[in-house]
Amino acid sequence: MLLTAVCVVPALAGAFEDAISKFANDDFSDTDEAVGAVAASGNPQAFAIISALKDGRLMADPDSKKVYVTEPDGKITDAFTGVAVDKLPDGAEAVRLNNRLRRTVEAALGGLTLLSPDPAKRVEAAQSVFKTHDAAMLPVVDGALAKETDKAAKLAFTEARAAILLFKEDATDAEKIEAIATIKLRGDQEALALLTGLAGAEQSMAVARAAANATKAIQSRQTLWSVAQNAWYGLSLGSVLLLAAIGLAITFGVMGVINMAHGEMVMIGAYVTFGVQEIIRNSYPALFDYSLLIAVPLAFIIAGGIGVLIERTIIRFLYGRPLETLLATWGLSLVLQQAVRTMFGPTNREVGNPSWMSGAFELGQITITYNRLWILCFTMAVFVILLAMLRHTSLGLEMRAVTQNRRMAASMGIATSRVDALTFGLGSGIAGIAGVALSQIDNVSPNLGQSYIIDSFMVVVFGGVGNLWGTLVGALALGIANKFLEPVAGAVLGKIAILVLIILFIQKRPRGLFALKGRAIEA
Amino acid sequence: MMPHALTRTLDRSATIFLLVVAAVGVLVPLSNLLLPEGSLFQVPTYLMALFGKYVCYALLALSIDLIWGYCGILSLGHGAFFALGGYAMGMYLMRQIGSRGVYGNPILPDFMVFLNYSKLPWYWHGFDMFWFAALMVLLVPGLLAFGFGWLAFRSRVTGVYLSIITQAMTYALLLAFFRNDFGFGGNNGLTDFKDIVGFNVQADGTRAALFALSCVALILGFLVCRAVVTSKLGKVLIAVRDAESRARFLGYRVESYKLFVFTLSACMAGVAGALYVPQVGIINPGEFAPANSIEAVIWVAVGGRGTLIGAALGAVVVNYAKTLFTSGVLAPYWLFMLGALFILVTLLLPKGIVGTFNAWWEPWKAKRIAIANATASAAAEDGVSKPKMAE
Repeated sequence: MLLTAVCVVPALAGAFEDAISKFANDDFSDTDEAVGAVAASGNPQAFAIISALKDGRLMADPDSKKVYVTEPDGKITDAFTGVAVDKLPDGAEAVRLNNRLRRTVEAALGGLTLLSPDPAKRVEAAQSVFKTHDAAMLPVVDGALAKETDKAAKLAFTEARAAILLFKEDATDAEKIEAIATIKLRGDQEALALLTGLAGAEQSMAVARAAANATKAIQSRQTLWSVAQNAWYGLSLGSVLLLAAIGLAITFGVMGVINMAHGEMVMIGAYVTFGVQEIIRNSYPALFDYSLLIAVPLAFIIAGGIGVLIERTIIRFLYGRPLETLLATWGLSLVLQQAVRTMFGPTNREVGNPSWMSGAFELGQITITYNRLWILCFTMAVFVILLAMLRHTSLGLEMRAVTQNRRMAASMGIATSRVDALTFGLGSGIAGIAGVALSQIDNVSPNLGQSYIIDSFMVVVFGGVGNLWGTLVGALALGIANKFLEPVAGAVLGKIAILVLIILFIQKRPRGLFALKGRAIEA
Repeated sequence: MMPHALTRTLDRSATIFLLVVAAVGVLVPLSNLLLPEGSLFQVPTYLMALFGKYVCYALLALSIDLIWGYCGILSLGHGAFFALGGYAMGMYLMRQIGSRGVYGNPILPDFMVFLNYSKLPWYWHGFDMFWFAALMVLLVPGLLAFGFGWLAFRSRVTGVYLSIITQAMTYALLLAFFRNDFGFGGNNGLTDFKDIVGFNVQADGTRAALFALSCVALILGFLVCRAVVTSKLGKVLIAVRDAESRARFLGYRVESYKLFVFTLSACMAGVAGALYVPQVGIINPGEFAPANSIEAVIWVAVGGRGTLIGAALGAVVVNYAKTLFTSGVLAPYWLFMLGALFILVTLLLPKGIVGTFNAWWEPWKAKRIAIANATASAAAEDGVSKPKMAE
């Protein structure tokens, strides 16, 4: 194996002293050499000296050739001995830097953190070496690698070493090809950048071919990852759409009523979350992490209550006139929006993420944020509960009966008007809890509902009514299609394409994907 | 035949309506131009422009009433046809600016120079000619409605489904027109107009002429609608509205009737938009907003769907209220008012103002006629001959 462990050459004390005294020469090339020598020395003082140099805290006395490190708190130490000094000699001045030197200093510091006791710092340093692939760092990397025990850091060092070898002029082809293999395994954007950077340099045929193959392999793997990433984004968007549309699907399915004020129920749910968090912030700050758990049932009750109220006061007078219902609920949405605007102001209100919903983690090359993940889980939970409710409760049975044949259901003794009121309440309540979830990823403003209403309609129309699975498939399909179209066509054109596709789709299946089959004919 | 068709088209209320519109169309511009400024009866220019806007809205409402009131098609995207007509006119007006723009480019409108267009996009060609633009005002909304309606009606998309996809249509257009690279000025739209067929759009005379033209368009639109709804075709439309399946089973090609009336209505909306733009001085993608289209539907509902006169009246009344309320201290309450209007009209006044009025008036009139007939027949029994009532 080529990875022969090369130990850091034990620096002689004299060489270290010589190196340090070079700082006092006030000459850029001498300083450059000194930095290199100090960095390579492995002396415990090295890090302090070079970071002092970077910050302009390294003082040199040209007469005595002595060099001092001044700390930000005013403490002064002799750079070579590390002994504290009371005061600087009169002639001492800060060692000057130019831009070229600053780069050397940065690289040297990067190399020195390679030896940091903290594994995370070592990985970070190895990454920066990977990017700069400075040949001068090779001995340090080799040394660090030999001593390394941490798995992640070891991998990072191996990759950094490969990057250096790849660009090292006197490295053999065999070394380079092996380096390419290592970099190929890494397979991310930076590996790709490194390999494409190599294409510019002069290489032997074998190396060039290996690099080209590796580039291709990385690219195809990245395409796969980006597909996975898009699928995740699509699922996430789909879950949001499902959450917003599911209540609408229920009211539309059972009553044939398009509730234009549905978006406002979502908005009310978001404002309930805001209210709960506001009370918690002012009175019980310790409970903040539980704010959403409190807000969910509360939003369901409030939005559901408003829903029942609306059904009893407005919608029940309009049955059999779906178009008029549409207009009345639109008017209602204007009133609700304006009411919220008057009460809470037209601007966005701040709703915070509880700690368990903030942050993200990496899965391979895709980043998954916790709030999106939780919303996906939450949506699925709501969906399953709703499905179970429709299947296994008497209200669910009555709702299904009314959906399928209202008059027959009424003849069998089902109080259809009570079912209507409860259904509308249920749909609105679910919109309310959707609002709680959406408050975590969207701006809480009076216009919150409006931005979801058209999308929700599309989901319902696409999925078909009377079947929750239709809504599920519709929402996820639209979400994923949207996110896959976005990189190709851009966000706005992608959305337009989706709208046009739905309009065309409706021609083929005027009652949606999962239409209820029956022989009834309307009008 | 012809006089018969004419009397059928013009019953008494239609004649009164036409006379009122004609009187407004003549008197308002004349008072603006001839009377001295500050005179009690002089209509100031700003007010005339405002009324001109209402007249265009009335024409839009008429077009919606034609399909909603008589054929049961609730379009929530009629604002799109209105805006497309407006854009066609706006493109003509942009081309008329010529080298008087800020950048002084004789061919390219300012926003294209600003966005680094090297040449005019192909769809802007021809808009320097008025006749072409005028044709496009009818053709673009008409073709879109034809294509859309052909797809939708053939596959029997009806009711709320149709409403939702018309809304999706206008929403898609809204998004498209907001884009800068779509070539219609992005979110700023088209504005800074100078001339229309050689006259300054800002001049009082031009504004008066535009107002009068809007009234003429409203009269013509009304006549066309009346002619359609009182003809045999109109009877079929009403049959489709009330029992679509039954009309189909009776052998009528329901989709053809719907398609015809939908396309006609879109053309009318396009004309309304084209007259609206020079009077308002700007057209931007906001006109495509779904909310605008729904608002236009409520004008019809307020005035009374299926009455035509009511649609025009509703447009004027609601918009006048809007002007009144959005400018004063009541501004924050306007949306409450508008929302309440939607709810209350659908709940309490489903026939609208004109419909409700008719519901009161018709029985009273019938009673009066019955009494008149009774006295007439009593007189005839007495041996005195009297001419019978025509109606």
